[in-house]
Amino acid sequence: MLYVFLGRFHTLFYMKYNKILTVKEVEWLNQSHVLIKLTDSMPLPEVMPGQFVQVKVENSPRTFLRRPISINFYDRQSNELWLLVQLKGDGTRAMAQLLPGDKLEVLFPLGNGFSQEVTPGEKVLLVGGGVGVAPLLLYGKYVQEKGGIPLFLLGARTQADLLELDLFRQYGQVYVTTEDGSAGEKGFVTQHSVLQRAGFSRISVCGPKPMMVAVAKYANAVNIPCEVSLENLMACGLGACLCCVEKTVRGNVCVCTEGPVFNINQLTWELD
Amino acid sequence: MTASGTFGYGIEFADLVNLSDIGGIIVKGTTLHPREGNDYPRMAETASGMLNCVGLQNKGVDYFCKNIYPKIKDIDTNMIVNVSGSSIEDYALCAARINELERIPAIELNISCPNVKQGGMAFGVTSKGARAVVEAVRKAYDKTLIVKLSPNVTDIAEIALAVEDAGADAVSLINTLMGMAIDINRRCPKLSINTGGLSGPAVKPVALRMVWQVAKAVKIPVVGLGGISTTEDAIEFLMAGASAVQIGTANFIDPAVSVKIAQGISRWLDQHKYKSVQEIIGAV
Repeated sequence: MLYVFLGRFHTLFYMKYNKILTVKEVEWLNQSHVLIKLTDSMPLPEVMPGQFVQVKVENSPRTFLRRPISINFYDRQSNELWLLVQLKGDGTRAMAQLLPGDKLEVLFPLGNGFSQEVTPGEKVLLVGGGVGVAPLLLYGKYVQEKGGIPLFLLGARTQADLLELDLFRQYGQVYVTTEDGSAGEKGFVTQHSVLQRAGFSRISVCGPKPMMVAVAKYANAVNIPCEVSLENLMACGLGACLCCVEKTVRGNVCVCTEGPVFNINQLTWELD
Repeated sequence: MTASGTFGYGIEFADLVNLSDIGGIIVKGTTLHPREGNDYPRMAETASGMLNCVGLQNKGVDYFCKNIYPKIKDIDTNMIVNVSGSSIEDYALCAARINELERIPAIELNISCPNVKQGGMAFGVTSKGARAVVEAVRKAYDKTLIVKLSPNVTDIAEIALAVEDAGADAVSLINTLMGMAIDINRRCPKLSINTGGLSGPAVKPVALRMVWQVAKAVKIPVVGLGGISTTEDAIEFLMAGASAVQIGTANFIDPAVSVKIAQGISRWLDQHKYKSVQEIIGAV
């Protein structure tokens, strides 16, 4: 009976919606990244950190499929949903042209997010690279609200490529690496000195695959639990097309429904 | 109806669309034995369409009967199972298992998957191969048998006639067109197995032409699919001779598109004073 109840609750909790949201603001963070703040006349559905949306892109004839974008931030009080978008192709460039008051069709919330179990007082290292920092903002807030201590380790090519640093600082200590040394420590996130100093109990990562593999190798070597957020190419986002699969210990599974966040012990990456 | 491989088992879309408003849901291709499918990457976006090479990933017919059927059997629409295989015996055994499921009124026999090395499309590209599979399945399956045809052939009407003669109750067409995309920076194909099946609006004119050719050739009903994403697209297929249509890739862009199209067809018929959809089927 309890199982049935919890099962139903789970389904209700993750109810998916295809909503036409309103653009409240589009903020250019640098030349290749925009922050799109969305709202709705109705209360937005609850979302969990690490979940993503599928955006239907208008005014871009060469964009056929929806664009999967991770949820950067969600705030119940202001009824806002934020998407941090890197301008990579026609679709994302069309999204950057949106103006306040424009409509955007968004299918969400999709996927399973980061680990929701936070032990009060535990230090959690959140590692982000490039636009991969996006889902860590909401997760950092979540960890802090649950009594944990989020530490952010954010990497980028140069100082100009670092995103939302001030927002991250609201929730915890921020450590930075840049490849050219223009901000923070020079090098890759896996070379940052915080890895030697801070005793954290687990790691959550989102960024380019080589960076996630490097962090996963580190976590594996020092025996710290680690979860990564994948961004495999996908079509539907609902587990129907079976395009976005990742090889796991359970075989090929859809990143859109079983992920995008996976514990590294579920993956078949070579970490030794 | 929703096309196989584009709508999961229906339940994935239950939050987003009233499943009973859809005429039928053709569930993902099922094989006798479990299949892991092809390696990632399995898809590439193309102009007005996409390529995929999923490779019939599924947990096999036993798993389907035990674990999925109980979850979908009470969905109030025609739940049709797409059956695939790599040998005639596999097709027949798989169909025989589905035959036992009370709430599955029909199967769609997939003799046209371009993404599996053995079997699949190999049966669908010759009249002899198509006839052999359909004859074997016909003996093992006594409910409605729809056969899904491959467009990767010289004369699709000839295959359709062979399938009709072998005992098919209907044909559906087209499956995806074999295609390719290359990542010019990496100088390699974008798909893990180099080629894949093209779907989406890009294939619609080809699909429509083939539906028209087949509908003229056979007496059994024709189910039209291939790039349908609007009401007008669907009406074109009906006028070309299709008795029903399937919506495939468009489900990825709008999960509720099939219901919108079904309602759109009714509205269009009313506006144009047709009493029944029968009046426009094969009207060209």
